[in-house]
Amino acid sequence: MAITRRYFLKSGGVALASFATTAPSFLTRTVFAQTDAGRGTDRPIIIAIFQRGAADGISMVVPFGDKNYSAVRPQIAIPEPARNATEGAIDLDGFFGLHPSLESLKPLFDAGQLAIVHAVGSPDNTRSHFDAQDYMESGAPGNKSVSDGWLNRYLQASPSPDATPFRAVALNATLPRSLSGSAPTVAMQRVTDFGIRSGQASPEIEAMFADVYKDTFDAVKKLRSVNPQQYGPASGVQYPNSAFGQTLLQVAQLVKSSVGLQVAFADVGGWDTHANQGAARGQLANRLKEFGDGISALYRDLGDRMRNVVILTMTEFGRAIRQNGSGGTDHGHASCLFVAGGPVKGGKVYGRWPGLALEQLHEGRDLALTTDFRAVFSDILTGHMGVKDVSKVFPGFRKTAPLEIV
Amino acid sequence: MQDTDHLLNRIAFGPRPGDVVRIQEVGFEKYFEQQLHPDRIEDNAAEARLANLNSLQMRTADLYDRYRPPRQARQLQMRPMFQNVPQQILQELQAQKVIRAVHSERQLQEVMTDFWFNHFNVFWGKNADRWLTTNYEMTAIRPHVLGKFKDLLGATAKSPAMLFYLDNHLSSSIKGINENYARELMELHTLGVDGGYTQKDVQEVARAFTGWSIDRPQVTGEFMFRPRMHDNGDKFILGHKVNAGGMRDGEAVIDILADHPSTARFISTKLVRRFVSDDPPANLVRHIGEVYRKTDGDIRDMMRAIVTSKEFQSRDAIAAKTKTPFEYVVSAIRSLDGTTDGSRPVVQAIARMGQPLYQCQPPVGYPDHGDHWMSNGAILERLNFAVALAGKNIPGTLVNFDEPVKAVVARLGSPEFQKR
Repeated sequence: MAITRRYFLKSGGVALASFATTAPSFLTRTVFAQTDAGRGTDRPIIIAIFQRGAADGISMVVPFGDKNYSAVRPQIAIPEPARNATEGAIDLDGFFGLHPSLESLKPLFDAGQLAIVHAVGSPDNTRSHFDAQDYMESGAPGNKSVSDGWLNRYLQASPSPDATPFRAVALNATLPRSLSGSAPTVAMQRVTDFGIRSGQASPEIEAMFADVYKDTFDAVKKLRSVNPQQYGPASGVQYPNSAFGQTLLQVAQLVKSSVGLQVAFADVGGWDTHANQGAARGQLANRLKEFGDGISALYRDLGDRMRNVVILTMTEFGRAIRQNGSGGTDHGHASCLFVAGGPVKGGKVYGRWPGLALEQLHEGRDLALTTDFRAVFSDILTGHMGVKDVSKVFPGFRKTAPLEIV
Repeated sequence: MQDTDHLLNRIAFGPRPGDVVRIQEVGFEKYFEQQLHPDRIEDNAAEARLANLNSLQMRTADLYDRYRPPRQARQLQMRPMFQNVPQQILQELQAQKVIRAVHSERQLQEVMTDFWFNHFNVFWGKNADRWLTTNYEMTAIRPHVLGKFKDLLGATAKSPAMLFYLDNHLSSSIKGINENYARELMELHTLGVDGGYTQKDVQEVARAFTGWSIDRPQVTGEFMFRPRMHDNGDKFILGHKVNAGGMRDGEAVIDILADHPSTARFISTKLVRRFVSDDPPANLVRHIGEVYRKTDGDIRDMMRAIVTSKEFQSRDAIAAKTKTPFEYVVSAIRSLDGTTDGSRPVVQAIARMGQPLYQCQPPVGYPDHGDHWMSNGAILERLNFAVALAGKNIPGTLVNFDEPVKAVVARLGSPEFQKR
């Protein structure tokens, strides 16, 4: 299925008729858009979203088909799809199901534009949030001497002569580790605030500092020339009313304004659910609703532009398989991640399932790891961003057989 | 050479006009020695500026009573007014931090409070922590910032704010342990991530702290040991057998951790990073670690050893640190002989530069290295603040200067002023 869809996406709507009968209209627009060339938006884009705090993989994508699943989580398991129509997992393939709060991602999966990788993560055994985030962002698990981030090394490895200051942007007051390094990047919390806000005095202030902070003011000028704020959400698209929703809206504005964006980075926190994480409803469910609805809104808002965009989510590790004494979960090992976009061979849960029986668990307590996160990241860099050799981006990583997610 | 400007950029939030001359008259050593003993410094003027911040002196139970959770307020049909919502507690807490940093004569105490709060970070926004964080800073952090590390550690361990933030109040021998506090206690508060503990140690430490809890978190919010939740079995932690019984188990763990060589190294590294440079000189870290071990973790002695070291005084150390947003804003106001009520405009400026006060969600606190703070977005926010401050456009904050406004903006916006 994935190959067929990829074929018609590339060749411009051959199989459109059969696709359109099952897919929502915003997805079919992706297919029409193949004729829409020469808009200057055709450079590939990656939108990375970091779920900080270690999101619980087996609650996001529920292995309801594993007979041990409900037993290890008496209060916080998500019910099987068949058992509970409203609070049950949303069946994907008879074995895995989406958390009900991720309902808005289901159409993407059905249309073959969302792939899931399960039992994925870092081969390093640390259960420290901060080390694990660091390793995932540096792209070098276990190696504390790598000082720059994997996305910055991508920029370094693929120099672009016509790159703008907005080639790589973090929607954040400070620059995340993933983007830090020698290649130029931009970090900003709000598109509207990125400049000197002194009314008539602004040009004078800008002139004062134009040489001292040259990169910054070059970026300010560029942003002003494309004016991303003019792009509102597409009709019918509503972003979550939250900081994360606002962040994704701004990512969309940057994409639409053709400012030269290739790498966008966003953070979303609140996943460290040691206590009262809830099941189909509750704390984690609320976070997932915002997360799923945000990605879905971004996807629909970008519409046909998604043909060149891959959204990649990540989290530093998963959570312990057994619930703890306070209705939550302690730090674990492998988790899951999402890859969405036009170039993605979706509609499938990738990765070997390691199982939840005691002897199958990592150190007797956590989901074992079957896919190194770098296998997924490098798949996207080669398949989507056109990087031929990822060894500079992921030093020391011995590439396994490609997953071919994109 | 003893550089007074350098000293004031490190053990204070930068000089006020005239400070350098004044301190040279008193003498560098004498001034520093005074700063090491904040209780001997008269500070009534700064304290008087806190007079309207009612929540600072209130017991937690009274905070709950006065600043009700929104749902409870609705049930009681209380009219929500801007003065009695929990957000007011945060604003007053932020205001006191800014006011004290700008105005207090006990500058080192304020610098140390900023350092230790960040080391033992709690996130104000986590449910009950909205009512617990004020007392956390006033009673667990502030009294111990220049005392023995073990006392500070013990005070944070027993504090309802920390017990709530890292979920230990729920950890129970009956329902099961919660590892959150036990892990961060070793990783972030004492040994450091490479300090030599294992997953097994995490679980054993969690067992030792079962029962360290809170008496009705949403009513009185005081520490309470709950014997029925405590696991009285033997624990094996970092090679020690712990079976002191009841609450003494947790106290025994605090002793083990505070006396551990990894803790001496980790705390020394963090102090040297804060006060000397982002890349702490190894020799100095080793030396401060020895001071820690010889003095039973005496923070005052460690600070004395740092400031009198040749590394602190060296050319490499001068202006080697990038100011955090908080340090930048406070030092800018001080440099212009300013006054502030610490109200929202100034606090929001700090947040926009990337450091919302008391709202750092992860327990690791804000990073202490310069690269983190100098994104282009953050630079623009610093420039916008410089313009607003020099233009006297920050309500609640007043400044005093004779130079042309443009010269002030140029100075506060310069790369040099971002350093300390």
